[in-house]
Amino acid sequence: MEMTGHSKGAKVYRVSGPVVVVKDLDGRMYDVVLVGRNKLKGEIIEIDSDKTIVQVYEDTDLLRPDEPVYDTREPVSAELGPGLLTSIYDGIQRPLDVISLEGNFIKRGLEIPGLSRDKKWHFVPTRNVGDKVAAGDIIGYVDETKNFRHGIMVPPNVSGTITEIIEGEFTVEETVCVLDGKKNLQLMHRWPVKKRRPIKEKLWPEEILVTGQRVLDTLFPIAKGGTAAIPGPFGSGKTITQHQLAKWSNADVIVYVGCGERGNEMTSVLKEFPELIDPKTNSPLIERVVLIANTSNMPVAAREASVYTGITIAEYFRDMGYNVALMADSTSRWAEAMREISSRLEELPGEEGYPAYLGSRLADFYERAGYVETLSGKNGSVTIIGAVSPAGGDFSEPVTQNTLRVTKVFWALDSKLAHRRHFPSINWLKSYSLYQEQLTPLLERDFPGWTENKTKMMSILVRESELEEIVQLVGSDALPEDQKMIMEVARMIREYFLQQNAYHEVDTYCNLEKQHLMVKLILDFSEKAMSAIEIGKKVERIIDLPCRAMIGKIRYEKDYQEFTEKISEMIVKDFNSLLRGEED
Amino acid sequence: MRKIKEYQTINKIEGPLLFVQKVESVGYKEYVKIKLPSGEIKRGQVLETSKDFVIVQVFENTQGIDKHTYVHFSGETLKMPVSSNMFGRILSGIGKPRDGGIEIIPEEKLEIQGEVINPYRRDVPKDFIQTGISTIDGMNTLIRGQKLPIFSGSGLPHNELALQITKQAKVRDSNEPFAVVFCAIGITQEEAKQFINEFERTGALERCVVFLNLASDPSIERIIIPRMALTAAEYLAYELGYHVLTIITDITNYCEALLEIGAAREEVPGRRGYPGYLYTDLASLYERAGMISGKKGSVTLLPILTMPSDDKTHPVPDLTGYITEGQIFVSRSLHNRNIYPPIDVLPSLSRLMNQGIGKGKTREDHKALFNQLYSAYAEGLELRGLINIVGKDALSKRDQRFLDFADSFEKRFVKQGRNENRPIETTLDIGWECLSKVPEDDLSRVPKDILDRYYRREETEHKGY
Repeated sequence: MEMTGHSKGAKVYRVSGPVVVVKDLDGRMYDVVLVGRNKLKGEIIEIDSDKTIVQVYEDTDLLRPDEPVYDTREPVSAELGPGLLTSIYDGIQRPLDVISLEGNFIKRGLEIPGLSRDKKWHFVPTRNVGDKVAAGDIIGYVDETKNFRHGIMVPPNVSGTITEIIEGEFTVEETVCVLDGKKNLQLMHRWPVKKRRPIKEKLWPEEILVTGQRVLDTLFPIAKGGTAAIPGPFGSGKTITQHQLAKWSNADVIVYVGCGERGNEMTSVLKEFPELIDPKTNSPLIERVVLIANTSNMPVAAREASVYTGITIAEYFRDMGYNVALMADSTSRWAEAMREISSRLEELPGEEGYPAYLGSRLADFYERAGYVETLSGKNGSVTIIGAVSPAGGDFSEPVTQNTLRVTKVFWALDSKLAHRRHFPSINWLKSYSLYQEQLTPLLERDFPGWTENKTKMMSILVRESELEEIVQLVGSDALPEDQKMIMEVARMIREYFLQQNAYHEVDTYCNLEKQHLMVKLILDFSEKAMSAIEIGKKVERIIDLPCRAMIGKIRYEKDYQEFTEKISEMIVKDFNSLLRGEED
Repeated sequence: MRKIKEYQTINKIEGPLLFVQKVESVGYKEYVKIKLPSGEIKRGQVLETSKDFVIVQVFENTQGIDKHTYVHFSGETLKMPVSSNMFGRILSGIGKPRDGGIEIIPEEKLEIQGEVINPYRRDVPKDFIQTGISTIDGMNTLIRGQKLPIFSGSGLPHNELALQITKQAKVRDSNEPFAVVFCAIGITQEEAKQFINEFERTGALERCVVFLNLASDPSIERIIIPRMALTAAEYLAYELGYHVLTIITDITNYCEALLEIGAAREEVPGRRGYPGYLYTDLASLYERAGMISGKKGSVTLLPILTMPSDDKTHPVPDLTGYITEGQIFVSRSLHNRNIYPPIDVLPSLSRLMNQGIGKGKTREDHKALFNQLYSAYAEGLELRGLINIVGKDALSKRDQRFLDFADSFEKRFVKQGRNENRPIETTLDIGWECLSKVPEDDLSRVPKDILDRYYRREETEHKGY
């Protein structure tokens, strides 16, 4: 977009970091302005008589009073169209790969559009001249990657009768369709990032978002269109979990927002994802990903914007009828950006210096998730998974608490588990999912017994934690045999099922069927073991059965179906010979 | 270019801040010289600018400044002279010589603020730096381009550790030039003497650039000095092709200075009185570590901080941990048991370690050995806690062996001399030696082929079973 704007005598009055006071600017709230001779991009956030307060998305070093300010009269918007996938953007949708042509470091005042203006796309119409189309209707498509069909939609707030529509090679700015002889439609359109895109209605989510992570899918599942928070102190594996979700979730599009995080981490995503192959499509995983990278040392105002840019792009793909998952790592940095701007504005602070509107901003953001019927009548979803980095690892701090009020899944990371090298270090006693019930019908249809098995497994884990307290006091030898057995089964659940190796070729992803079979085997073993105990067999004998160790090997097996059949036969055989006393 | 202007319109002086009136369009972050009536010159920086007044933060103390003092705005941000002749030099918080030598003759003048490395241009760090310290090399490997802080406490020997690393650090089997930028913030005269004497004695000074801010120096200088050091490091790395290890001690003093300025500006404080932008500010230091594709050199960052009352949830270690790629914990309990270096490997972590170890980098057995040492030591320590309750006799033979292992791990592997520079092979061999106390069957984390090649069961105890 060419941003020029008019100055009309508006001038910089005061500069304090990213907050700039402008005099005599007759602007509108949340419109973009260009500040100073370097035309630094900023946004109007407060208007007070003849003074306007602007937050600037770039470094304001050497910005001086009396420099001109230009009003674009346009809200902060994202460019939406073919070319989004595989892109890496900064917080205000400037492509970092294009910026890198200008040098190794990011310079100020660069004005680079989010979508390439030169690249041509092959547009194929699916509607004809004379068709009446409304906002959100798909008029044709572009094959953006080998496996991704990018629907070209009538932008929200536009409708009419097609008077012209052409197949051919177009750039994103060229007209491909005309409505009513006067309204020109292009492959791309713009949408203000702070405004949610319209939908027909929100639906009740009932399909699970398969993440391939056993502890999540089996114990604490998230629905397509749901919201989840992952809080955890540093070193507890937040980022690895987010990366795993980005890699293996069965969403059609992933929007990954690295918000105020490490530069090296974004780089490793950039280098690693193209090498990973999507099991569904056999193409590189990066082809379904849009990356937004605002590293911790980039300007804070752009960090605040990065989350909105991300969610707007996610909503856009949802409107085509896709399932989109957005990962935000970390929302705490986003909240801190708000705190920093708020403090520069000298607003009255709420808890721990955060602005009083922290809760409502977080709620606004998470409310943009959902399973919806789009304007064109398709079903699509945006799932939001937000990492939280609580100060000092204390979950009672404001960002965690405000997030938990609006998210329905809570995956609590635990640094104690991480220290014990139990990964993913998600605490099964503290975490919860409020989607369990609504996901049950579909899960039960595909995997009868799913819910019951899960409940059984969970109760064994709960029993273990109770018994552990006793063991702490009196030692494990003091437990009766049946309780010892429960501890052993719980250990199997933890080590064979809950733990998952993100770096192992096979174990990194586990589909629902495999999860289901693994749970069944463990419970099968558990039941047989308990009845063996009842008739006086010893725990040591039972845990020495060869089938036990074999259950632990399923996670690494690619051809798991045959393997599980073998093991379940083995379980029967082992216990039969144990009961016959051959073992003794 | 704008005409450079001098003003004599100071209206208010408060702490390190000057409020200057009736100035004409002064830039944010502009570099300022302050000429006192006595002829003395002090330096500062614009913290806030407006049509009515400008707030200047003075880097030195404000003693002697009065309303008649001249304030001179330079029109540019603070720049630092850099040169390939900086080696062996000791510089102050504002880049002036501290060693009695002549001023640096600049080959270039660089902005100290530093620009953001485009993540698209970064290279993934993967080369091993040998520090000669087993707990770091073996268990928390330092990688070129990494930022790995040392979390310590007052009274613990982190300075000795820093010295030892400075002396010993090197990239193995490589002729690429290696340099150290050492930045001391708010340390005592005595500590400074110790550092410099040691550097001179061991000859380490030749490949060092030292930046020194003493506890008695103005605290405001502490805001500038790490940026000076990092600018020098970036110049050496990206312009001259050095692999630069940057050691900054003590980050806590830096944060205290930030707090002081925040308070003087009457800012709304965040957690425990520290400014709300502490995370962003620390990130602007730490994120300058890294490697750039196509560039020869690298900047590796080893910040040292002291946790007030050993509390790792204090904002300084907490926010640091969120930005950096791991942390090394210095433990008071190991120190009290006279183990040097008292590094507690359990809470320590190097996030980039996996990328830099193994066959062709350190040794094929490194990964497996590390995992095994870690879990065996964790088990040993847990048992140590248990014998306090149930007594040593209640433990099984297997448990006793893990206890023995933990003891020998601390005495042989963790503990080493202040001048003992262990090659990685020695470190790994000692690790295996400690594991010889544990029978093969209990080493579940090591694959069979590695065990066959490296594991030796301790002879004497063998008869016991």
